[in-house]
Amino acid sequence: MRLLHYLRALKGIVARELYRFVHQRERFVSALVRPLVWLFIFAAGFRSTLGVAIIPPYETYVLYEVYITPGLLGMVQLFNGMQSSLSMVYDREMGSMKTLLVSPLPRWFLLLAKLLAGTLVSVLQAYTFLLVAWFYEIEAPPLGYATLLPALVLSGLMLGALGLLLSSFIRQLENFAGVMNFVIFPMFFLSTALYPLWNIQGSSELLYALARYNPFSQAVEMIRFALYGQFNRDACLYTLAALILFLVMAIIGYNPSKGMMQRKGGA
Amino acid sequence: MSAMNTPALAVENLSYAYGKKLALDAVYFTVNPGECTILLGPNGAGKSTLFSLITRLYDSREGLIRICGFDLKKRSSQALARLGVVFQQPTLDLDLNVMQNLRYQAALHGLSPRLADDRIREELERQGMFERRHEKVRQLNGGHRRRVEIARALLHKPQVLLLDEPTVGLDVPSRKAIVDYVHRLCSDQSIAVLWATHLIDEVYESDRLIVLHKGKIRARGSVPQVLETVAADNIGAAFQILTREEK
Repeated sequence: MRLLHYLRALKGIVARELYRFVHQRERFVSALVRPLVWLFIFAAGFRSTLGVAIIPPYETYVLYEVYITPGLLGMVQLFNGMQSSLSMVYDREMGSMKTLLVSPLPRWFLLLAKLLAGTLVSVLQAYTFLLVAWFYEIEAPPLGYATLLPALVLSGLMLGALGLLLSSFIRQLENFAGVMNFVIFPMFFLSTALYPLWNIQGSSELLYALARYNPFSQAVEMIRFALYGQFNRDACLYTLAALILFLVMAIIGYNPSKGMMQRKGGA
Repeated sequence: MSAMNTPALAVENLSYAYGKKLALDAVYFTVNPGECTILLGPNGAGKSTLFSLITRLYDSREGLIRICGFDLKKRSSQALARLGVVFQQPTLDLDLNVMQNLRYQAALHGLSPRLADDRIREELERQGMFERRHEKVRQLNGGHRRRVEIARALLHKPQVLLLDEPTVGLDVPSRKAIVDYVHRLCSDQSIAVLWATHLIDEVYESDRLIVLHKGKIRARGSVPQVLETVAADNIGAAFQILTREEK
């Protein structure tokens, strides 16, 4: 009976997220346009200047567009995670978060359900992007589209948990621009999304170290290997560890007696 | 203690501070089934803090809150399952329609889809909103949105209903409709209601009163009892006297 309650609540939370996603068409379009702009314009422009040597999982030289596609999948999920975070802060300011938090289920479950719902949306976005990329002749092996799914779920959960954690710290909606500057951009540019690690190492050891241990890099590498039907164990474990860390911290952040909610209250 | 004697809501010795500023100071009261208790207090009296504690958005280190006998801290799921809340801020999803909003709430309370639809129909019909169930909330006016929020708070048949200044910003007929409706819930369904407001015309003669000012309870009891305590002949005057001192 209790389990049924959890499942129904999960279904309700996922359904709400999907409804919202469908109703906010601009959100869907911008989630799709952003990586496509990178793919069609940025990658086309840099195609001749940025050469990519043969590195696993690739078996031959690949075009720059092909190289950055997994990175752009990561970008779709990174932005979706931050979008969920933004909507959590918005919900909290507007009050609709209260409806969720006063329901008779443990808070960790509610946050987890919210995270799963957001991840589902990000996976749908990622596959839509891949479909458009396919028409642009960026094709992965057919099996790769299936092996990609668990990788996208794991990376989506990790980036969503990061968003959840940030939302427990951000006090007001206005502070969200800071998150863009201090989280999204460094995470994206200091990663293997746009250039391989050895490329970064060539210019700076410090940047190399930062990029290497950036969880976003690890998620992108996991996605890259999965897209070619390969399993990158280290990247997978690293992403999983980051997920657990971010999630536990987010749950603490939302705990009524220990976390940030307490200090945020007005009269 | 038998179920008959258990208060629907019991608050014991509850204190809460934001940093060093004490927002609630040793507050205690009970609300019994079928009783409508009006929590009167000027802005900043501590009403919203009290509501945040009863809904467990905040946790208090001092004091105890029980809903139908369940300790909110130790048995929060059981306690929250018996609580319906209408918050001061509107909390409906504007882009979703009425049904979608209500089904979401029903799911959070674990109602089966069929039971949820039955209850949604029942609650919306009672407030004359069933015909509008497929409209987006954005298209509804303030009074109708409030009705949907009250319907939502009642879907899981709570024994305690909290309303935090639910009529703020509404026109006179909408306000009156909501005040009447909630009072009927008390008498017809034995729901225990705690209604926070600073509008004295929302108080019925049969209500119980708690006057909160600067985090302390200044008076409590039935309307005649409170009037007698401060030797006032109407609630407005009593409220002024109780919230004037120590200014």
